[in-house]
Amino acid sequence: MSIAITTQIICFTILSLVILIGALGVVLLESIVYSAFLLGGVFMSVAGLYLLLNASFVAAAQVLVYVGAVNVLIIFAIMLVNKKEDLKPINDIKSRRIISTSICLTLLSLLIRVDLTNVWSLSSPQNSIGEESTIRIGEHLFSDYLLPFEVASVLLLMAMIGAIVLARRDVMSKDISTGLPVDQELIEKSSEPLLTNKN
Amino acid sequence: MMSLESIPIQAFLIVSSALFCIGIWGLLNSRNAVRVLMSIELMLNAVNINLMAFSSYVDNNLIQGQVFTIFVITVAAAEAAVGLAILLSLYRNRVTVDMESFNLLKW
Repeated sequence: MSIAITTQIICFTILSLVILIGALGVVLLESIVYSAFLLGGVFMSVAGLYLLLNASFVAAAQVLVYVGAVNVLIIFAIMLVNKKEDLKPINDIKSRRIISTSICLTLLSLLIRVDLTNVWSLSSPQNSIGEESTIRIGEHLFSDYLLPFEVASVLLLMAMIGAIVLARRDVMSKDISTGLPVDQELIEKSSEPLLTNKN
Repeated sequence: MMSLESIPIQAFLIVSSALFCIGIWGLLNSRNAVRVLMSIELMLNAVNINLMAFSSYVDNNLIQGQVFTIFVITVAAAEAAVGLAILLSLYRNRVTVDMESFNLLKW
């Protein structure tokens, strides 16, 4: 074993441990704020795994989009909805936990068994293109993946408009086209919430 | 110990399947809606690790898996934005983020 592969194995082990322990923390911790920051750590470690796989462009995209955008968005959402509330107890919480945990463990053991028993005929990543991968991704995006690339831009525009429409607050009292009063049961009111205490 | 020339792909696949299962567990068991969104992000990341590992080990000349990962990251960003907007709108209507109280579609 050369020193390079030893370094790779050490890096891989550390990154995997950070990913798995961080993900368990995201799911299990009581405080949602700690979960959000641990999620950022998990995203950074996943970017490290991408670097280990010779994919510098995707690692940079992972850091920019996930840590820079998605995680910040989640932290903002927590800031907006974080309120101490006493959750109603569920009667059959124990059986639910048991069933869901057993389902997850079964799925995990199935996946690991497939992974370990299958015979992979693979080329080693030693002769990979490495630094050229960014150029290759650009060529893909502007030749054979051009249509998905353009559709992705439309999707992002739709998501942006949809998020603005869903999250904004002001509601008009009259319909613009007909002049009739708007059915307020369908739209949120600014003062009083509609659906509380309905249970 | 046998000498390796690179990290085996099985290691990457095990990490990604464990991350996926943690995400499913969180999705099924969280009471907080924000945590459900975080679990979905974890699952998407597991899928991305899978795609990247196969792209590097099987297809290391035409890295199509990396292009797929870029698209998955794009869709995940859009999904997070719309999901959190829906969450804010739900919070304004019900004043809670408890998943058990979002039961309008239950018969």
